Amino acid sequence: MTENLKPQDAAQVAELLTWAGAEEKTVELVGAGSKAGLGRPIATDYRLDLSALEGVTLYEPEELVLRAGAATSLGQIQAMLAQQRQQLAFEPPDFGALYQNDLDQTIGGVLSANLAGPRRIKAGAARDHFLGVEGISGRGQAFKSGGRVVKNVTGYDLCKLMAGSFGTLAALTEVTVKVLPAPEKVRTVLLFGQDDAAAITAMSQAAGSPHEISALAHLPQAVAARSGASYVSGAGAAVTAVRIEGPAPSAAHRTAALRQQWGLLGEVEELHGHNSAVLWREIGNVAPLLPDPEAVVWKLSVTPSLGAGIMAAALAAGGEGYYDWAGGLLWLSLPATDDGGAALVRGALTGPDAGHATLMRGPDALRQRIDVFQPSVPALAALSARIKESFDPSGILNPGRMYGAY
Amino acid sequence: MQMPEPDAEILARRDDLIIALRQIVPGEGVIADDAGMRVYESDGLPAYRQIPLAVVLPDTVAQISAILRLCDEWGVKVVPRGAGTSLSGGALPLADGIILGLGKFNQILEIDYDNRAVRVQPGVTNLGISQAVDGEGFYYAPDPSSQIACSIGGNVAENAGGVHCLKYGVTTNNLLGLEMVLLSGEVIRLGGKHLDSGGYDLMGLLTGSEGLLGVITEVTVRILKKPETARAVLIGFPSSEAAGACVAEVIGAGIIPGGMEMMDKAAIHAAEEFCQAGYPLEAEALLIVELDGPGPEVDHLIERVAEIAEGCGSTSLRASENEDERTAFWAGRKAAFPAIGRISPDYMCMDGTIPRNRLPEVLARMGELSEKHGLRVANVFHAGDGNLHPLILYDANAGELETAEAFGADILRLCVEVGGVLTGEHGVGVEKRDLMAEVFTEEDLAQQLRVKCAFDPNGRLNPGKVFPVLHSCAELGRLEVHQGQLPFPEIPRF
Repeated sequence: MTENLKPQDAAQVAELLTWAGAEEKTVELVGAGSKAGLGRPIATDYRLDLSALEGVTLYEPEELVLRAGAATSLGQIQAMLAQQRQQLAFEPPDFGALYQNDLDQTIGGVLSANLAGPRRIKAGAARDHFLGVEGISGRGQAFKSGGRVVKNVTGYDLCKLMAGSFGTLAALTEVTVKVLPAPEKVRTVLLFGQDDAAAITAMSQAAGSPHEISALAHLPQAVAARSGASYVSGAGAAVTAVRIEGPAPSAAHRTAALRQQWGLLGEVEELHGHNSAVLWREIGNVAPLLPDPEAVVWKLSVTPSLGAGIMAAALAAGGEGYYDWAGGLLWLSLPATDDGGAALVRGALTGPDAGHATLMRGPDALRQRIDVFQPSVPALAALSARIKESFDPSGILNPGRMYGAY
Repeated sequence: MQMPEPDAEILARRDDLIIALRQIVPGEGVIADDAGMRVYESDGLPAYRQIPLAVVLPDTVAQISAILRLCDEWGVKVVPRGAGTSLSGGALPLADGIILGLGKFNQILEIDYDNRAVRVQPGVTNLGISQAVDGEGFYYAPDPSSQIACSIGGNVAENAGGVHCLKYGVTTNNLLGLEMVLLSGEVIRLGGKHLDSGGYDLMGLLTGSEGLLGVITEVTVRILKKPETARAVLIGFPSSEAAGACVAEVIGAGIIPGGMEMMDKAAIHAAEEFCQAGYPLEAEALLIVELDGPGPEVDHLIERVAEIAEGCGSTSLRASENEDERTAFWAGRKAAFPAIGRISPDYMCMDGTIPRNRLPEVLARMGELSEKHGLRVANVFHAGDGNLHPLILYDANAGELETAEAFGADILRLCVEVGGVLTGEHGVGVEKRDLMAEVFTEEDLAQQLRVKCAFDPNGRLNPGKVFPVLHSCAELGRLEVHQGQLPFPEIPRF
C-alpha cells in the first residue's frame, strides 16, 4: 500500500527525499496527476503530493517572464496571462479528455512532459520557454539552474534536462518561464480535398514561405468530419489548415497570400475567431478528433516528408490519424492489439535519425509491456542512465516511469 | 587566471603521445612544433595565452573517436576548438593537453528545403550556412557578430545568440540534430530532422556546455525563409532611462521586433567615427529597432514604434528607406567592437544579462564603477533581451589588465545582484569561471559537475573552464546518508 505524503514546502521535499534515498524507498512525484496515463505505470513505496508548491511568485508582463511554484495550475497561469494579452507561446495542450480526467494540470507537469501544441513549429517546444528551475534532486539536495532572463549560458542548461524527464531526475519546486504577447489577429485558411502526400507538399510550401506560419495541420476526411468547426466537419473532404497570427494589416496580407498560393491547389475557405480557435484546440488536444476511448494513441515526431508513408501503414492496420506540425507530428489511433501497434510504428522509424514514437495512451498492462518512449541505441541508453544516476543515485524518483530501469 | 597544474608525467610522455597521435592522424594533421602551435595559443580572448602539448587536426569522425579514446586512456586533457573566436577563453589551450581542431570539418552535408533543414559539419561558419541557402531565399537565424568567422560547432558549444535572437531564438532554439563523440570514443546521434525526441534532452544539455561534455561532429539546423522586407529605425534619446522605457513599452505593446539594440554615448561616437553610419551624435542613447515581415506589417509597426518613442521623449528618428540604408544602420552596431578597438589600445568585452527594467540603475552604477576603477566603459546592449556588452577600455602595456579584470568582475556581480546572470551568449570559459560562485551554490555546481561525470568520468575534456573548483567524480558521487525515521511527522498523510 502506497503511503501519501504532502510536503508543504521545498525544504520538506528535500528532507523527505534525503531520507527516502538513505532508506532506498521509492517515491512517485505527483503534481495534479492529470498525466498519470502518460509514461509507464509505476508502483512506489510513497506518493509525494507536491500540490502545496503552488502560486505565482513573479509576473512582469513587460519583462516577458513569469515564475511560479511547480504545482501552480496551468489554468490559473493562463488566465493571468490573458488579462495582460499574453500567453505561453508553446500552446500547451489539454489532455483531460484524452486521459479521461478533469484534473487541473500544473505548469511543472507540462514542462516535465515537454508538451507543446500546434504553435510548436513557430514558437518552439515547452523546453524552449523554460528559463529557470529550482528543484530537489534524488539526492535530496536543492539545486537551481538558469534564471529569469532569456539569454543565459551561465553553466549547463539543466532546464532542458528537466523538460521531458517525467520526474525521474528531480522534484521541481519552482519554475520560471518565458511568456509572449498574444497575437492581435488570428486567421485560418483551409484547403479541401488533398490526399496526404499532396497535403504534406502544400504544408511544406507554406512552411517554407516567408509568412511566419504559426500552425499547419492536415485532417483526413474521416477525422475532419468530427471537428466542432462546421466548415471543417461539413467539408465532406480532407482538410488542410494553416494558421496566421499577427497585427491586423499583416495577418490580412499574409492570409491573402496563402489563399492565393493554396487556391491554385484546390478549393479554399477562411476561418476567423471562434471557429479558428475551436479547430486548433481540437488539433492540440487530440481526443476530439480521435475519440475512440478503447484505441491506443501514438504520437510520432518525424521528418515531415516521411509522414504519409507511416500514415498509410497505420490505415492498413485498421487505425487512423492526422498530421500536425507541418507534417512533422503524427497522431495515430490504433486498435488495442497485443503490442498496441508498437511493431508497426517503431518498424516505420528505423534508421538513426528517422524520428521518435511515443505511446501516449494505452492500458496499463500494455504500457508495462512495451517501450512507451522510443528505445535508444545502447550507447545513448547507457549515457541517459548515467545522467539519471547523477541526479538520483539510489533510483528513488519515479522508477520505471520512462524506461524499465529509470 | 590560474589553470590546473600541468601533469609532469604527461609532459614527460609528450614524444610518445605525438607518435601515437600520428598513427591516428598521419602527415600534417598533428602539429607539434612551437611555431605551428603558436597560432593556437589563444582564442578571441587574447589576454590569456598558452602553448598546448600538441595540436591535432583530424579529418574523420573515426579519427576523433580514436584520439579521444587514446587521450582518455593516457590521461591527456583535450581542448576542442572550432574557429577559435570564443570571447571567454573556451578554447584556451592547456600546457598538458592537446588542442583538437575541427577546422577540417567544413562541409555542408545536406540541404533539405522540403524539411527546412541543413546538415553540416561543425567547422562550417555560421554565415556559410545562410549563404548556402540564400539562393532559395532561406537563412539560418542566429547571427552572432562574429558570424563571418565563427563555426556552427562553436555556436552550439556556446549557445550563440546575435542581434535577431529576440524574435527568432538563440542556437538552442534552432537546432534539430547533433552528433557527438564521447571521451570513450562512442559516437552518439541526437535528434534528426524532426522536432522533438523522447528521452532526456541531451541536445539541449550539450548546447552551451562549452566543450566540456562531448566533441560535436555534426549539426542539423532549422532554416527559415527570409522575411519579405526588413526596415531598421534609428531613434535617439536624451537619456538611457528614456531609451529603456521605450524598449519596455514596445514589448508591452505586444511588438517583438526582429532586433532591438541600444548603444550609449561612448559607443555611438566610437561607431560613428569608425564607419559614418549616420548616428545622432547629440543623443545620450541610441536604439536600433528592426521590424521584419510583409511590407504592410513593417510599415504599420514602424508607425507604432515611432509613436511610442515620441511618447518616451525621443529626440530623433530615422527609418531606413532601402536595403543599403538598413545595412548602414547596422554596420555601426556590428562594428562597435573594432570601433572601440580604434580608440583604445585594448578592450575587454563583458556579456552579462539583466532584467531589462533594471537597465537605468545598472548603467548608473556602471558609471560609478568606471570612476572607481579609473577606466572608461562603452556600452552596446541587446536591449530586447537584456544582454549587456559593456566594453572596458584599458591599456595592457600600462599594466591596466588587472584593473580591467576587477572592473569587469564588479560589473558582472552587479548583473547578478539585480537578478541577472554572468553571461548571455559568450560563455563562462576561463574568463568568468571564478565568478560562478556569485550565481551558484556549492550544490548547484556539484550537480552540474556530476552531469559532466556522466559524459567524461575522468575529467579530460576542457578542464579548468566553467567550473572554479574541480572534484573527482567519485567524490561528487558520494551520498550523505541520513537513515532513520521518516522526518516531519507533521507532514499531512492520507
